[in-house]
Amino acid sequence: MSRWNGLAIVGAALIAMGLSIPARATDLIIESWRNDDLAIWQDKIIPVFEAKHPDIKVTFSPYAPREYDAALNVKLKAGTAGDLITCRPFDLSLKLFNDGQLAPLNDLPGIDNFTKLAKAAWTTDDGKTTFCVPMAAVIHGFFYNKAIFKKLNLEPPQTMDEFFAVLDKVKKDGEYTPLVLGTADQWDSAYMGYQNIGPSYWQGENGRLGLLDGSQKLTDPQFVEPFKVLARWGQYMGDGYSARTYADSQNLFTLGKGAIYPTGSWETATFRSQADFDLGIFPPPRPKAGDQCFINDHPDIGLGLNPASKNAAAARVFLEWLTTPEFAEIYANQLPGFFPLQSAEVKLTDPLAQQFASWRKDCKSSFRSFYQILSRGTPSEDSESWVLTANVINGVTTPEQASERLENDLKGWYAPHKK
Amino acid sequence: MRSAALSAADAEAFASAPAPKRPVRWHILVFLAPAASIYTVVMLLPLVESLWLSFFTTGADRSVVFTGLGNYARLLLDPTWARFFWNALRNNLIFFAINMAVQNPIGILLAALLSLPKLRGRGFYRTAFFLPTMLSFVIVGFVWRLLLSPTWGVAKSFLSFFGLGAWFEPWLGQSSTALITLSLISVWQFVGIPMMLVHAALLIIPDELIEAAESEGIVGFAQFFKVKLPLIWPSIGIVSMLTFVGNFNAFDLVFISQGSNAGPDYSTDLLGTLLYRSYFGAGTQIGDPYMGATVAGVMFAIIFGGVALYLITIQRRIAYYSF
Amino acid sequence: MSVIVGARSSIVRSAFVHIVLIVYTIIALIPAIVVLVNSFKSRRAIFGSPMSLPTPDTFSLIGYQRVFERGNFLLYFENSVIVTLVSLALIIVFGAMAAFALSEYEFRGHRALGLYLVLGVMIPIRLGTVGIVKLMASAGLSDTLTALILVYTAQGLPLAIYILAEFMRGVSADLKSAARIDGLSEYSILFFVVMPLIRPAIATIVVFTMIPIWNDLWFPLVLAPGERTRTITIGAQSFVGQFLTDWNAVLAALSLAILPVLVLYLAFSRQLIRGLTAGAVK
Repeated sequence: MSRWNGLAIVGAALIAMGLSIPARATDLIIESWRNDDLAIWQDKIIPVFEAKHPDIKVTFSPYAPREYDAALNVKLKAGTAGDLITCRPFDLSLKLFNDGQLAPLNDLPGIDNFTKLAKAAWTTDDGKTTFCVPMAAVIHGFFYNKAIFKKLNLEPPQTMDEFFAVLDKVKKDGEYTPLVLGTADQWDSAYMGYQNIGPSYWQGENGRLGLLDGSQKLTDPQFVEPFKVLARWGQYMGDGYSARTYADSQNLFTLGKGAIYPTGSWETATFRSQADFDLGIFPPPRPKAGDQCFINDHPDIGLGLNPASKNAAAARVFLEWLTTPEFAEIYANQLPGFFPLQSAEVKLTDPLAQQFASWRKDCKSSFRSFYQILSRGTPSEDSESWVLTANVINGVTTPEQASERLENDLKGWYAPHKK
Repeated sequence: MRSAALSAADAEAFASAPAPKRPVRWHILVFLAPAASIYTVVMLLPLVESLWLSFFTTGADRSVVFTGLGNYARLLLDPTWARFFWNALRNNLIFFAINMAVQNPIGILLAALLSLPKLRGRGFYRTAFFLPTMLSFVIVGFVWRLLLSPTWGVAKSFLSFFGLGAWFEPWLGQSSTALITLSLISVWQFVGIPMMLVHAALLIIPDELIEAAESEGIVGFAQFFKVKLPLIWPSIGIVSMLTFVGNFNAFDLVFISQGSNAGPDYSTDLLGTLLYRSYFGAGTQIGDPYMGATVAGVMFAIIFGGVALYLITIQRRIAYYSF
Repeated sequence: MSVIVGARSSIVRSAFVHIVLIVYTIIALIPAIVVLVNSFKSRRAIFGSPMSLPTPDTFSLIGYQRVFERGNFLLYFENSVIVTLVSLALIIVFGAMAAFALSEYEFRGHRALGLYLVLGVMIPIRLGTVGIVKLMASAGLSDTLTALILVYTAQGLPLAIYILAEFMRGVSADLKSAARIDGLSEYSILFFVVMPLIRPAIATIVVFTMIPIWNDLWFPLVLAPGERTRTITIGAQSFVGQFLTDWNAVLAALSLAILPVLVLYLAFSRQLIRGLTAGAVK
């Protein structure tokens, strides 16, 4: 074959190929700390979206949660972060927005499917600009081992007194750890201890907003009481709880060695797969019979747009999908325990998830008290609360000392508390 | 065309000249360039830049403001920062002291045993002792956490076996014991290094010297202390210096085992973890790159100062023996 | 006591020595063995009876399965290998070149330069993290293996230069002169005459430098955390979730991570000892 013929054939082949190659798919990358959800996203959520939008490919790319913030920070500074950023609630994401690393989403179709309260975690202080689409909230509560309760003839407690009575009974029996919680990781003490039972004492939003405007102080009784309750927990937590990590607690409970586990709705899926006993849940016990109940209903995960993304248009399409009831339903049912924040009602299939969600009817909702604004300075109240709560349970710091330290820290940099 | 045969004098002159002395010896430049440039650009300049950052801070309207030694004053004196700094410094000194007191003597002991003549299984033992040093911090932190965990009772059962069950405590969960425990874990991990270096130093000692000592009746412990030890001081010196630099830079073990908050109650907080937390933040605490750079500056001063002090005072006095 | 003051070949003394050595061997090896053994057990068995060996009931390869299915373990492995080997190669080659220049030639400022380069042994490179991150970002090297390689090379050069220079001084000058007479260029002398003679030193550097590079957590995290450039240490973490940890996979991943280091060590250990005993570090 002569050289020219050969070239002609190759040329024709190339042209033919060019005509038949489909338009290149846009690749979207989602940054996240939810290693736990990798399988669900890859198998259940993303395929639904891609079926509707065949020209967009989405990759869910998580890090170990401890390393997420540091790694994300670096990548954003260097301009190598993904198109969609999973947003932590409140100040951590607000800072990103203020630094120009999250795009404003006020004009996103569907952003009005969320109430103001739902968007609060991802809106600027003045309430004007939203920068992440709310994805999920988690509800704090108490899981219990129904088999153990049945065996020891126990009922889920309604009040704090009943709660301690139950713990006493389990401790007396001696075979099981009454309260499964550790203080080694610290955050579990803070969120599943103080922030779990706390709202019932400081009246939820009432207390939280009072702290914000300075009308209430952390040394007020309603904020010290929860610490006093926590100081009594140590004796029910079993041997060596000060070296028990969150993972240890999970294992202890799911292997049937503990009776009650203060934790949140996020454990629903995990416990279902790992525990071989019947699971039950009850809301935080009220301080006194007849008190209004309060739950910690915490907006936890949002998704935002990286303004430096080269595929912003496709990313917006994805974000829009996130505001639809279709997404809410898939997400809520694939990840029971994570509740979508859309105003529209979502049908939940998991009974425990349903039960958690039902608490919203009778109980008033609030979220972790230190998350909005109060962790903006140095030291951050929330971070300090980790260490102090663990200390209180360990008996190293008294409830009064802990409250004082928190209040002093706040006085140091937060104007409404300086007077 | 040059004659192939050179005169004897020419040949001698040529042979003894170190290198062609004519124009520029380009090859020297070529040899030095890659290493010098990578080292300068990637190691030194960023260090200088990081330290430079410590002289700035964020102004009122999020601008960058020069503040001189203000950050350092804040770090050392302002209670918000100072309590963490002095705590971390104290912890680091304790960490270092334990390493020096435990790691090096054990390393020397093992090295002495390994250097005994006609020791069977030497290669096996050496590899075994060096294995912990080969492990990543992830493995070391994870495994020791597991072994010491009260929930899984491994350490407890072990102690009970010897009737010492009552001695067990959740060491990693108590402020009084957590730092010491981590220090010992660090010792366990790195004892392989002094062991290797001292072992090698002992192997160098000529047999004749040992034989001479033995012929005079000096054996066993006496032989070690009187003959061998003085000859290996230089190695011990280097190991000490490396331990110092390593310890004041330590971060990974605490991070893996206790998290960046270095609990319980900051009792395991080292300068390295303080640096990480200051720069990147922790949990909801937002990081501050300027204070992070300040912590790095102080760490640099301490490490550099310590090494300089060592070189000036001790290194001079160690006698070097060559064979 | 005949144990202490005795003939060299006392059996009691020998037994005593071996007992001490064996005790410490157990202390040294137990943790790695625990990880390895448990990586072959089911989750219940891992936490139910952590110290027992896998029985036919509890034996499970699920950890290893998941490691290879989920996540890109082979990719992480590959990344670690590339980063480690390339860094080692650059450290040895560039280090040897610089060491040769410093030890072989007299030129103005060569002492100061030597001190400058070796100073790096004392400087912990992490202190410059802030600057390095910015540097890599502005060079467009963020999230690349190249960034890691450059950092590790910079980190390893000072010690390598120090050790290699020491050894090179010991190579006979006559050998080098003869080579020059034969017309060999300086480059050839370095790579074909001197280097082969200092293999123990090279082995020493390989062993001591390879371990911290392979196991490093910090720089892969801050410089190259992206999926495509992850190394094994970061990769093993991908099985650690926010609330759910896949223990089987974590243990399997960690076990797999030990192997290459161990293999390289065994390969180089003979040369390593020769290198150390020939006076690499005095």
